[in-house]
Parts: sequence; structure tokens; C-alpha cells
Amino acid sequence: MRGMRAVGAVATGLALLLLAGCGEQGSQSNGGPDALDPKADITEQSLTVSIWDGYSPEDLPERVKNDLGVPVKIAHHATNEEIMAKLTAGGAGSDSGIDVAFVSGQYAQALNEAGLLEPIHADLIPNLKNLYPEAQQLAYDKDNTFSVPYTWGTTGICYRTDLVEQAPTSWNDILKPPAALKKKVTMMTTERWLALPALKVLGHSVNTTSDKELTDARALLLDAKKNLLAYDDTTFGDRLTKGESAMAEAWDGWCPTSDPKIKFTVPKEGSDLWVDTMVVLKSSKNKEAAHALINYILDPEIHSWAAENILYKVPNKAAMEQLDPKVLEANAPLRMTPAELLKGESIVDVGDSAMKYTRLSTEVTAGS
Amino acid sequence: MKRWPLTGPGLTYLTVFMVIPLGLVLSYAFLRRGRFGGVVDEPTTENFTRLADPLYADVVLHSTWIAALTTVLALLIGYPTAYVIAGLPRRRQTIALIAVVLPFWTSFLIRVYAWIVLLSGPGWLNKALRAIGLGPVDVLYTDAAVVTGLLYAYLPLMILPLYASLVRLDPQLREAAANLGAGPWTSFRTVTLPLTVPGILTGCLFVFVPSFGNFVIPELLGGGRSVLVGNLIRDQFLKARDWPFGSALALALLAVLMVLLLAQAWAARRYATR
Repeated sequence: MRGMRAVGAVATGLALLLLAGCGEQGSQSNGGPDALDPKADITEQSLTVSIWDGYSPEDLPERVKNDLGVPVKIAHHATNEEIMAKLTAGGAGSDSGIDVAFVSGQYAQALNEAGLLEPIHADLIPNLKNLYPEAQQLAYDKDNTFSVPYTWGTTGICYRTDLVEQAPTSWNDILKPPAALKKKVTMMTTERWLALPALKVLGHSVNTTSDKELTDARALLLDAKKNLLAYDDTTFGDRLTKGESAMAEAWDGWCPTSDPKIKFTVPKEGSDLWVDTMVVLKSSKNKEAAHALINYILDPEIHSWAAENILYKVPNKAAMEQLDPKVLEANAPLRMTPAELLKGESIVDVGDSAMKYTRLSTEVTAGS
Repeated sequence: MKRWPLTGPGLTYLTVFMVIPLGLVLSYAFLRRGRFGGVVDEPTTENFTRLADPLYADVVLHSTWIAALTTVLALLIGYPTAYVIAGLPRRRQTIALIAVVLPFWTSFLIRVYAWIVLLSGPGWLNKALRAIGLGPVDVLYTDAAVVTGLLYAYLPLMILPLYASLVRLDPQLREAAANLGAGPWTSFRTVTLPLTVPGILTGCLFVFVPSFGNFVIPELLGGGRSVLVGNLIRDQFLKARDWPFGSALALALLAVLMVLLLAQAWAARRYATR
């Protein structure tokens, strides 16, 4: 979901990947879910949490230490792929040393299929009651059996009201912009989102694995490339603010709507529903504390932090209700209702067909 | 051979940071992609047959073109610069050389971002052009911007070896040429240039190799609109979860560079013994 925070992280990531590859470990017993002990003394446990930088309150470890008595170490990952590499390097049964990880929904799904996730023990997370009922109907994990949603949102068009003649309403406004907006449009380059506008215009699923549908999408995307300023996953907001671009394919939370000249809209062809989730690793030896941490984050006081500070919607009814009205007022995307969000199609893991999306994005970005 | 224990640190370094990683890359290239990342222990050569796919061949060709253009431009700018520096009095030479390497003291990324500011639509380049009455140009996010960025980043690697070979040149050789009636151009063409060929080759290699594999500059200054080999390899690991194919690509890149290195070594030896 969240693109790379800094390109410098890429090099580090690559180095880590190579190192992680060395850490092949013998597989341990891989039985069913252990029964967790609700009375376990969690102050005897400690947690390592991997999360995107800036994605949780900076003082979270101190607060957890004070309120729950659990020492927390925060590790950062720059991309989903980076944390996937760390978690899967040793195969099922190996211990990456991470207890709780924040990953996007389709990655949680893949991790679960790989047998790496502990089922969520709902009895240890009473604050699950704070979530919207819609948050239990997410396609990659119905009823939150192995993941708990942290933030959710959709993809749409972020635009400068003063630089476009007509407010965009369709993905075609990005794919075939009017002549005045030539070289004033950016699209995202992360594979699934690169394909999204074209797939939606053609009326296909964002999870399609049909070669024909992807080939059709490619033609549209190659056409659209001629008018693009750049492919950009990380700085499209800045470009809009500076006026370098007028329109961008954007994740809702990344559209700088606090600027009155900038608006966000979901095109009429529909879009996706993305979710960033919290998962507990099966290899964790601190599962009770891990559940306690998730419960703690679902507390409206903590969970509303994400909405107020990074402007992502959180699937937590209690947290959204106590948001500062000024923040809500200033940022239209925060006012989308869960029902509106759920109209978007959930991005799910497409297994080996992911290679088709890789190929598509190489063909489009390398093509002319 | 009492000194052999001294090779310990060097050998350890080579083993840990070169032999083992290379071995891993080599073995990954012959395995299958794991669905969730990593590799599956099933031997295959399909990662190499995929290299022949026109899609990837085009990427390699495009990278070669960009890197070659950068190298030629670096040589055209770097040679006169090195020539002038080598002709300066001793103390000024030091100052000039410090000026050449000075940019290296700042983070590479910051310098690349500076180019975005310079080249962007409302940026300095277009401000300057407007001041002299010329229309704005869209340079940023084109191959021209990528070449500019690479040229800027690696020009010092061209100047330094050229300077080293120019400053070693015995001035008496040029005097002799002049005494024998050669004009400055003939003297340069028949004396200076041939004797600095090893420096030229080293400089070209130093610029070509990192340009060929660079992925940061194409992404930032190319706006993700063109894909070079470096981007392709990076994406296999960080986006596509296809480590085996990424390894095969990396090996192919390594093979190309090895050939270039051998060619350079061979040519340098030929010129040195003439």
C-alpha cells in the first residue's frame, strides 16, 4: 500500500534480502494453533513489531510499556515485499524474531496460506467490538480469522481544482486526458495499481488473471503513457501541491486534501478497497502479549491517531466517532463511509498469476 | 612466506562479501521461484531462457545505449578537463582535484533530488531559458534527464584516471615532438592521445559499469518511464518476488561487465607495450 518512503531504503532492502536468504533454518514442529493462556503473565513477554515508518504513534512502545508492562521493539519495513522477504525467508516453522507485523490484506492472505500466521484469538481482543461490522467482510479474510484491519481506503483521482477544466469523474480522465493536461498526469507504478485504472475502464476485476483482459489493459496503459508526466507512487502529492502535475492516480490517504485547491474523487467505474492489517506470527513466543498489543491499538484513543495524523481511515467505529471534527471537515476522504468503501473491490492475492502483473508492468514501463 | 597470515582479513572479507553472495546468486539462478518469495529447490534453466525474451533484450539494449552515451559524453567533457588540470601548477592541481571530488561529500540521493529541482517544469533550467527568451523545455522524466544525471554522478570517475595518466606523461616527449616540427594538434594526436589510452579505457569502464547497472537515477530523473537493467533486477527482488529470475539477470549483467573488463585489460596491455 504504502510505497517506498525513501529510495535509499531500496538499497538497504536489497542487502537485507540477500542476507535473509542465508538464514535457512531447520523446520520445527508445525502443529495446529496452540491454545493461548488468557491468564499468561504478559509482562514476562516482549514484542518485536514490524511496521512502516511513521505509521504508528512514535511513543507507542513507551505507552505499551507503561500501560501493559510489555517491552516493545519497533522494526521498520519500507514495503510489503520487504517484510514478506523477512517473514518467509526460512519457510514455515522458522522464527524471524518478529511477533506482530503490519502488512496489506493480500499479503496477510499469502502469509496465511504459507502457514506462517497464528489465527486471531478473538477472546483475547475484546476491542474487536470497536470495529465496523463492514470490517469483517473483507474478501481476503472474512471474519478476521488471521488478520485485524488497521487502516483501509481506496484508490481514486487526486486533482487540482484550479488546473483542470472539468472535475474528473472517470478513469478515462487519467488514461485519456484532454490536450491541456498532457504531461500533467501521474499514475502509480506498483503493479496491481498500475493495472487498476485500465481494468476498471474495461469493466474487469482488479484481481483478474485472464491473459486476454490483461492484454487489453496493456494497450490502454501504453496509450496513456504518452500523456503521462511520470509514474509516481510516493511523491504525487507534492507534485500536485507544487503544480507540477494537475491530476494523479492516488491512494485516498495520500491525496493532500488539506490544501483547499486539491480534491479527491473515486471514478464512476469503481475502484479497489485496500486494507493494511495486523497479523501475529505463528513463530512468535509471545502470542498473548501480541494479542494484548492488537487489543491496545484497537482502543479508540490509540487507533484514532492514524486517522488524525496520517489521514487514513481506520475501520474502528469508536475511533472514527471521536475524531476532531476540524480534521474531518478539512479532509473529505476521511468522511467516506464504510458502506461506500466496501463498494470497492478488495485486492486479493492472485498466487502465481502475480507474475502476469509483473510482466504487464514491465511491458508498460519499458515500452513506448 | 611468513607474511601469509596477513592475507587473513582480506581473504575473510572476500569470502564473506563476495564468494558467498555470488555463490547464492549463482545457485538461485538455477532454482524455481517460491510463491511467497525466496526459492524452491527444483533445478531449472528456465530463468536463463527467459533472458532471451525480446522484452528483456530490449531493456538490455536500451541500458547499453544510455550507458554508452553517458560514457562518450563523459569522455568528451572529462578529457579536456583532465588535460587542463594536469597542466596547472602543482598546488592548483590539488585544488582542482578537490573540486572534482567535492560533490562526493554530499549524499548521492540529495544530489539527484537537486537535479529534479533544476530540471523540473517550473525549475531553474526553465527560469533561465525564459530569461533569455527561450521556451520552456520538458527535460525532466526523459532519457535526456537520465543521461544528465548519470553523467553528473560519474564524471569524476572519468576525470581522475585521465588526470592520473596525463600527469604521468613525460613533458619532454611533447617537447621532443615540438622540436621535431609537430604542431600542437599533431603532437597531441601522435604523442599524448596514444599514451593516455589506458587512462581513457579505465575512465570509460569506470563510467560505463555503474551507469549500466544504476536504478536510482532512471527512477528519479526518468520518472519511472523507462526501465534499465538495474531497475529490472531491483524489481524482481523487491516487487515481483522472483529471486531466481533476478539472480539470472544479475549474472547476465555480471557476464557482460566481465567481458568489458577483459577487453579493457587486453587493450590496456597492448597499448602499454607499444
